[in-house]
Amino acid sequence: MFSQIIIILISAALVNNVLMSQFLGLCPFLGVSKQVDTAMGMGAAVIFVITIASAVCSCIYLAILVPLNLTYLNTIVFILVIACLVQVVETILKKAMPSLYKALGIYLPLITTNCAVLGVALSNVQNYTDHLVLYSIFNGLGSSAGFAISITLMAGIRERIRTNDIIPSFRGQPIVLVTAGLMAIAFCGFAGVI
Amino acid sequence: MSVTAIVTAVAVCGILALIIGIVLGLVSNKFEVEVDERVTKVREHLAGSNCGGCGFAGCDACAEAIVNGSAAPNACAPAGAENAKAIGAIMGVSVGDTNPKRAFVKCNGTCDKAVRQSNYYGIMDCVKASTMPGGSNKACTFGCMGMGSCVAACKYDAIHIVNGIALVDQPEKCVACGACVRTCPKHLIELIPVNQTHMVRCSSPLPMKQVKEVCSAGCIGCGACVKQCEHDAVHVENHLAHIDPAKCTNCGKCAAKCPVKVITTGEAPAVSAAEAS
Repeated sequence: MFSQIIIILISAALVNNVLMSQFLGLCPFLGVSKQVDTAMGMGAAVIFVITIASAVCSCIYLAILVPLNLTYLNTIVFILVIACLVQVVETILKKAMPSLYKALGIYLPLITTNCAVLGVALSNVQNYTDHLVLYSIFNGLGSSAGFAISITLMAGIRERIRTNDIIPSFRGQPIVLVTAGLMAIAFCGFAGVI
Repeated sequence: MSVTAIVTAVAVCGILALIIGIVLGLVSNKFEVEVDERVTKVREHLAGSNCGGCGFAGCDACAEAIVNGSAAPNACAPAGAENAKAIGAIMGVSVGDTNPKRAFVKCNGTCDKAVRQSNYYGIMDCVKASTMPGGSNKACTFGCMGMGSCVAACKYDAIHIVNGIALVDQPEKCVACGACVRTCPKHLIELIPVNQTHMVRCSSPLPMKQVKEVCSAGCIGCGACVKQCEHDAVHVENHLAHIDPAKCTNCGKCAAKCPVKVITTGEAPAVSAAEAS
């Protein structure tokens, strides 16, 4: 069990990185990766939300959808739950921890419709049959940590290339996409880890 | 697919959505944060372009600071005097008339007038280029480098590079947010009253001979303008004339007498009438 959890963590964070090998959540990856600070804030917010969303979604899946034979409804139910969850987390954070809200708050609405959150929740219920809730939490934690790693690395690279002399036709978004592609190839190197 | 399956699916989704709605409502009621309503009101009177000219992280932060009292009601220059008064009314304080200002570049060294000491190949950014040995591609180390860091900093499209130097060529667009003032590595940009038409377009503190060597348009500090001024508005300090907008009446006598025609705020670089004809 313990080794299984370690494997899940490493596989989710590095080998099956949500951004670099599953290509989920690319919008914030390209949008919020201009500065390392904001990228880290976004990464932290994503870790927070995906971990909680994975737990809650798998609970609802086990408690409601499976007994009623409604597993085909998982996409629509998960979207509902995640959107509500992010909203609730935002409201509670605003009241209970204003400092944390100031750091993460502006990114939370961005995450409501992030496909990485839904993707992780859906792949949880597809991949794990036993210990669903426990494995889901760790898969969520690993995946979102992978997201945070990738977006922070990307922001670091973008901060460096901003002052470089880039061919006019490659300036802006194109060079970012090329960089993302090269990063994805580099992440292929993790395929042999597990 | 039987009818019951459809009904269950609809019922489950409906009930789930209802529960979520109730939970959201309860949570937002219980965890309601009381926001000072003045903040939202003040926020509505700010310019809303998040230019950062006030020195805060954005318009929201500025509104908060105004309500806290850590910023003046007229902290937002782009919003203008009317909005400053409205904010003052919200805050219950009176706001003195703010004199609208605009940016002004204190350099007249266009390509044909300033001597180039080197060719610069590198990142076209004044801030970075100014860290190079020599400090500038122009022989005058005090002059505008013309690489447009101020143009990039301006969110209102008011300043442009014209004939090799920065120029506020669309002064009606300038809101005096001060972004260019903070960006310019040569500290050439100053905020002056909008109606001020006579300013010294040079920043070089060097004596006449050294100025003449590097630029035919620079202020040589001859002091002819000081003698002309009837209002004690012009003074020469460090071989550089300076006009005090508070005393200046824009009579133009100093500009008429200036041998290098450096006294102008001209919306176009001072191509003097003699040259044009």
